[in-house]
Amino acid sequence: MKNDQIEKGETNRRKFLKLGLLTSVTAIASTSIITNLAAQEEEKEATGEVIRLLTPDGKIVEVNASNMNKYPEALITPEESRIGIPDRKFVMVIDLAKCKNARKCVESCQKEHKLDDHEEFMKVQLIQNNKESKPYWFPKPCFHCDEPPCVTVCPTGATFKRDDGIVLIDNERCIGCKFCITSCPYSARQFNWGHKDKFDDKSVPYSPETQVPAAEGTVMKCDFCPDLLRQGLLPHCAQACPEGVIYFGDKNEDLVTNGQETFSFSKLINDRGGYRHLEHLGTQPNVYYLPAVDRLYPVESGFEDLDEEIIDRYKNVPYVQDLKKQGKI
Amino acid sequence: MELNNRKRELVKEFSPMLEKTSLLTKIWIGTLISIISVGIYAFVIQFKEGHIVTGMRDNVVWGLYIVNFIFFVCLSYSGAFISGILHFFRTPWKNSVTRIVEIITVLSITIGPIFILLCIGRLDRLYYLFLYPRIQSPITWDIIAIITDLVGCFIYLYLTFIPDFAILRDSPDLKLPGWRKKLYKYLAINFQDTPDQRKRLHKTTSIMSKMVIAMALVAYTVLAWIFSLTLQPGWNSTIFAPDFIVAGLYSGVSVIIIAMYLIRKYFKLEKYIVKSHFIMAAMVLLVLSLLLGYFTFSDYFAKWFSHKVADTDLLHTLFGHYFWQFILANYIGFAIPLVILSIKKLRTIKLITFAALIAVIALWLNRYLIVVPTLETPYLPIQDTREEFIHYTATWIEWSLSFAGIAAFFLFFTLLIKFIPIISMSGIIEDERRQIKANKKANKSISSK
Repeated sequence: MKNDQIEKGETNRRKFLKLGLLTSVTAIASTSIITNLAAQEEEKEATGEVIRLLTPDGKIVEVNASNMNKYPEALITPEESRIGIPDRKFVMVIDLAKCKNARKCVESCQKEHKLDDHEEFMKVQLIQNNKESKPYWFPKPCFHCDEPPCVTVCPTGATFKRDDGIVLIDNERCIGCKFCITSCPYSARQFNWGHKDKFDDKSVPYSPETQVPAAEGTVMKCDFCPDLLRQGLLPHCAQACPEGVIYFGDKNEDLVTNGQETFSFSKLINDRGGYRHLEHLGTQPNVYYLPAVDRLYPVESGFEDLDEEIIDRYKNVPYVQDLKKQGKI
Repeated sequence: MELNNRKRELVKEFSPMLEKTSLLTKIWIGTLISIISVGIYAFVIQFKEGHIVTGMRDNVVWGLYIVNFIFFVCLSYSGAFISGILHFFRTPWKNSVTRIVEIITVLSITIGPIFILLCIGRLDRLYYLFLYPRIQSPITWDIIAIITDLVGCFIYLYLTFIPDFAILRDSPDLKLPGWRKKLYKYLAINFQDTPDQRKRLHKTTSIMSKMVIAMALVAYTVLAWIFSLTLQPGWNSTIFAPDFIVAGLYSGVSVIIIAMYLIRKYFKLEKYIVKSHFIMAAMVLLVLSLLLGYFTFSDYFAKWFSHKVADTDLLHTLFGHYFWQFILANYIGFAIPLVILSIKKLRTIKLITFAALIAVIALWLNRYLIVVPTLETPYLPIQDTREEFIHYTATWIEWSLSFAGIAAFFLFFTLLIKFIPIISMSGIIEDERRQIKANKKANKSISSK
């Protein structure tokens, strides 16, 4: 049994190696996931069942199955979520040359965070730097700044910066003053204006790392999916992107990956002219962009296969107005 | 002895205000209460359904409530400042206006913070502000400053009321219900108007008058910082704190003029509130309108001249979507008071009041234009969002709560001046006492010669 588990762990581990996110925490998480799943398979009557677990300090302990955590991911409580994943410094690199507004990042994020149609942690904007240059699609998550204005202004410490660079919100602490929303220069934050039925679904306990279930009168935003990071997986947006636009990784290890290719973060930024949006504001974002050079797709292709409602969201962009006049959309 | 008679005379003169409630007043109070009840109804809806019932959405997350909040707190600030100044310089004509000013101060600092509460998504968690306070947050500074200011203003107002409570307590002829007489006795805290007590009270009041100025200055500066410490294009400006203070004085003096006009008219106090009061206030208003106009101009001028992209976008919103509001707030709102107040012939009581009214409306709009258009014009253009999330339009809930706030202001004012004479009796007596002393001195010096 023990060997069996270790072997399963090994195969899992091989997957993680690619991302380079392997830590003792992820290893423990993965072992406990397996045991958790095993516990779930056995029915409730098997209360007397004893399960062996690997503790953080490497010991094997036996635990009664009825005491086991039934959730696929170990639940990270609001208190625990304030401490980051040790020795990590997460960073995202978005390659603007490859984005064609496929919106898979948006949809996947919405699905996994249980967001409605018009609630986006990840927005895709159409940005034009100047009159001469063509506009480009600009996926915009939360930038998880190192000098986050939102965290400074929060009167209750509901939003916080962790050691691993992630900025999260504890919606059980948030009083809904919205000061963080007004102080974010990137409009990354959203407010739950009214009550929704999904807030009542308490089948999964709340964790700031998943932001599910959300709560009325509180703020939410992109969270870099720390629940997946703990399992050694990429955030939902990076996983879902068909073009591999979104690279994610660890600055300490100097590696980023989009699931298909892995780069040295510093080399990628240096070779490809990586930059941060609105650098002059001094917020020190942790999301880098690679400029939209040698593009794979024309801008217009971003409007293919989109709902009328989505296309309408860009109607104030001058370039889109021109396209409409020419009858291209 | 002479002064005691004088006290009785004054009580007799002002007693109709306290004793009788005319039909008109009753209708007035009834109207105000019904406006407030609509507001309470709106609040219940908002509390139950959440902020979805307001016009605020993800881009414009602050709306009318914040505008009203800054507006009322700025009234209070200017009230504190003006009454402090009046007291400090022992202005001889102050008696007719100080009480109006003090009541405005206290009422607006009470009503203002209610609006910030309306803006909070989770009122049930309000105590978290004290349970998990973070001193880095300007909101925490603001809470400390406003609570201090509130307490300070209440103490100051009460101190100025004590001698009048004592006078009312010592007037057995007043036809008032027993509980009110008892309340006067209780509130007068055994003030017997002895020279010693008088001296002590005077000392305390004058210390408080200075403290109130300082506290209000801090409170209003911190309030301006809530905006100017963010990175937002229209807010991140060094001029905000002084601008808010001057704006506060501007609207405060205007509201005082309007209040003087209404009270003078309704209670027929032409003897006490005279034209020179209006002229004096008009001169202050004139100076302030020039100062505020100058601040506003230099703020927008710098934005326009340096034309940073974000600033240009903001000006675009202001001169596009908000064109008429901008013209009304920042051109007409300054021009009309300026013309009326600077031409001597136009300085009649009615026209001065009209100018003050325009100034108040323009200033409220000016505050609106500080809050809303900035939120509609963030650094990153608003895209990939629903159409109705882009522009802000206040709903009836927000309007009715705003009017309820104004109605509450009037209602408390009306009730307070039914409780204590709007003209400070003790102040008048104090002045007369000083005059008698001066006369005596003069007589002495003549006789000694």
